[in-house]
Amino acid sequence: MKADVPPSGPPLVELKGISKRYGDLLANDGIDLSIEPGEKHALLGENGAGKSTLVKILYGVIEPSAGEIRWDGRPVTIGSPVEARALGLGMVFQHFSLFDELSVAENIAVALSSDWSLSTVREKLGEISRTYGLALDADRAVWTLSAGERQRIEIVRCLLQNPRLLILDEPTSVLTPQEAEHLFTTLDRLSAEGCSILYISHKLEEVRRLCRRATILRAGRVVATIDPRASSAREIAALMVGNAVGEVRSDAPHHPQGEALRVSNLSLPPAGLHGQALRDINLVARAGEIVGIAGVAGNGQSELFAALSGERLADHPDAIAINGKPSGAMGIDARRRLGAAFVPEERLGHSAAPTHRLSENTLISHAATEVSRSGFILMNAAKRVARSIVQSFDVRTPEGDPQARKLSGGNLQKFVIGREIIRKPKLLIVDQPTWGVDAGAARLIRQALVDLAREGSAVVVVSQDLDELFEVADRMAVIHQGTLSPLKPIGEWTKEAVGLKMLGVSQAQGGAHAL
Amino acid sequence: MRFELTPRTNASTMMRVFASVAAFITAFLIAGFVIWLMGRSPIAAFDVYVLQPLSDPWSLQELVVKATPMALIAIGLAYCFRANLWNIGAEGQYVIGAVLGGWLALRTHGSDAGFWVLPLMLLLGVIGGALWGLIPAFLKTRFGVNEILTSLMLVYVAQLILDYLVRGPWRDPKGFNFPQSVTFDPSATLHPIFEGGRVHYGAVFAAIAVLVTAIILGRTLFGYRLKLTGDAPRAARFAGFSSKATTLAVFAISGGLAGLAGILEVSGQIGQLQPSISPGYGFTAITVAFLGRLNPVGILVASLVVALTFIGGESAQIMLKLPLDLTQAFQGILLMCVLAADAMVSYRIRFATRGGGK
Ligand SMILES: Nc1ncnc2c1ncn2[C@@H]1O[C@H](COP(=O)(O)OP(=O)(O)OP(=O)(O)O)[C@@H](O)[C@H]1O
Ligand SMILES: [Mg+2]
Repeated sequence: MKADVPPSGPPLVELKGISKRYGDLLANDGIDLSIEPGEKHALLGENGAGKSTLVKILYGVIEPSAGEIRWDGRPVTIGSPVEARALGLGMVFQHFSLFDELSVAENIAVALSSDWSLSTVREKLGEISRTYGLALDADRAVWTLSAGERQRIEIVRCLLQNPRLLILDEPTSVLTPQEAEHLFTTLDRLSAEGCSILYISHKLEEVRRLCRRATILRAGRVVATIDPRASSAREIAALMVGNAVGEVRSDAPHHPQGEALRVSNLSLPPAGLHGQALRDINLVARAGEIVGIAGVAGNGQSELFAALSGERLADHPDAIAINGKPSGAMGIDARRRLGAAFVPEERLGHSAAPTHRLSENTLISHAATEVSRSGFILMNAAKRVARSIVQSFDVRTPEGDPQARKLSGGNLQKFVIGREIIRKPKLLIVDQPTWGVDAGAARLIRQALVDLAREGSAVVVVSQDLDELFEVADRMAVIHQGTLSPLKPIGEWTKEAVGLKMLGVSQAQGGAHAL
Repeated sequence: MRFELTPRTNASTMMRVFASVAAFITAFLIAGFVIWLMGRSPIAAFDVYVLQPLSDPWSLQELVVKATPMALIAIGLAYCFRANLWNIGAEGQYVIGAVLGGWLALRTHGSDAGFWVLPLMLLLGVIGGALWGLIPAFLKTRFGVNEILTSLMLVYVAQLILDYLVRGPWRDPKGFNFPQSVTFDPSATLHPIFEGGRVHYGAVFAAIAVLVTAIILGRTLFGYRLKLTGDAPRAARFAGFSSKATTLAVFAISGGLAGLAGILEVSGQIGQLQPSISPGYGFTAITVAFLGRLNPVGILVASLVVALTFIGGESAQIMLKLPLDLTQAFQGILLMCVLAADAMVSYRIRFATRGGGK
């Protein structure tokens, strides 16, 4: 690996005193930051620290309230992403900016200038996917893709434009360890070619692996600029939150009983042309336990979630039983009434409506229960529920009852999870519970899941994060190409075995095909 | 050189109000300029278009009469548009409402049928409009056919049905071969609210529709369902709101209200069926719905404003020899200005020299 280029000329980009005010809240407060050519620079901070705000300012998405940006030593104003791209900036957003109805290639083509034809895009796309090992099918419609696959599009889209500074806002939160490792190799290579990287992540291991310099933000201010390899995880975490992060505690021994969820021989054809079919899925979750489902994005997790939640109906009622009631033919509302609750993978647009206030967003999953009476909305009750979610799950909000889009990514995640847990469901099914959440919040969410299970609910966690599953799950299975492996107690799994299953390598072949 | 829109993060209510006012002023300035180009005095035109109708009792009544059908239809459209469903065929639903309701009037013509005729006519009007509106909704939910196309095409079908009926089977035998039905009996006629006045009870229905809709859209789960369907369709599905049911419901509601407007107009204003029973209320209502920002009270105001342009346009035609098309042009200008103002409040506009690398 290449060491950081010694600063001979001016830094590639220099931020001076950048501030951004939202009403009373200073999301960024006089931030100074500089990045050398070829440098891989990390931006760290807990949820709501102002990381996304800062990089959006740099990319011309939002206008700073004060401050100066220098590019190659010259002061510039970056008024829009188009201008940013013209300067040589590329950005992978925390929340995707893709058109659902268009294909992968079309999505890439619309973001490029008009002299890229669809066929050149397709060609380049194949090239880049091959070089960097980011598999993408150019003709698939984006709405059929999982979050992990969507993120690949965003990354490839930036790489196509040969940027001089690539900004990545939590790019690996939905990638598998193997995919992430691929990405790091790519980033190393780019950096060696002279491209600077600004990297936002909540995963310290990655930051250590990748960067020599990290700027830490807390409540909108720079608290330190450090070499992440020279500081311990504990020190860094302490800088970020002001105190250390503990472990999830799940001490009390428990004896699961009563089936909250039984899935029997569930098969579903793919929803679209390119969707993943579900094949003969069997799964039991008992009250009091957490069942983990591991798998690489795009192997049928979204389909399984849709089938379990009732967004897609099963072919016969008995395929799914919730609390003993055949519910394969029930819609999501009816399943909620049976005591089930769901948290999908995508928070903006699926679990929450971006432009609606938090109180309105509680209606989305509470409508069936307490916040409405004979068709009328009980707005005060909704506000009360929203407030108690915000309090019990430590959601940091910029104002009393903000629109969902105004919350930072991690805080919105805490809100949508809290919204379901606060209903005390008998069965909770959650897809990627800690995607884009800082260490402290991830611990809070995992603890809440564990507590819910200890209080006698069944929890099903779908995740790509093996550490997470090993931390919380009592039993685990792996999904691969729409097929679910048998559930085994967590003690009987090893990380290696899970990793191989996720890639579809059987145990016997394992020796020969190990990574 | 090209320009792009970037969303503003902090659009205040004050700005929105101010923008609406600015939009109206701009629209009047543009219209005045066009009139000046045509060699007439913009001041005189403003007097004829706006001041005279507003100061004359007869015109004021006429204002309410014209605003009634537009308000009713636009309110129905608000249900659709909020959910991002595009019913462009209110004109057809209006016509079919009038046809079905009118059928009862003709059926009972000359009999001594009592007070029940009129309520039943109104009910049939609602049913007719709703059924006509459900056709595109059904085609959309069942076969995925684009509702914009089908609802629009059904307008022409509806108009041709009416045309056929009044020229054929429903023509008044003693009507000197004019293509029109007999005049409705008093029991099938909607009466003026005030003796000798022009405003009939249809206005009451419009007022009720505004009130009820304000409550439904603002306070009920159904109202939230429409908003969520429009703003985040995937979240709406996640909330358990079936998009098919939503589609059918809003088309039935907006069709029903358009049908009600049709039968109210026929039994309250025209008094018989004839080939043309609307100066395009169903289409103008689309403008009204957007001018009113899909908000029931806003729509009420917008319908009065647009009615004013209709009345002003008629007198301008007589007094200033200005073509009636100018009225439609003005309605278009007004809508453009309001939408543009809206866009400028929600987005920052900036001109960018063409960039984007290679
Ligand atoms: N449009 C907005 N209006 C008001 N407040 C906002 C808006 N956008 C962001 N904020 C607030 O600014 C603060 C910083 O948000 P930002 O998204 O930059 O955090 P972040 O560091 O990226 O966090 P995360 O790790 O959770 O993604 C948060 O408190 C957030 O609520
Ligand atoms: Mg962020």
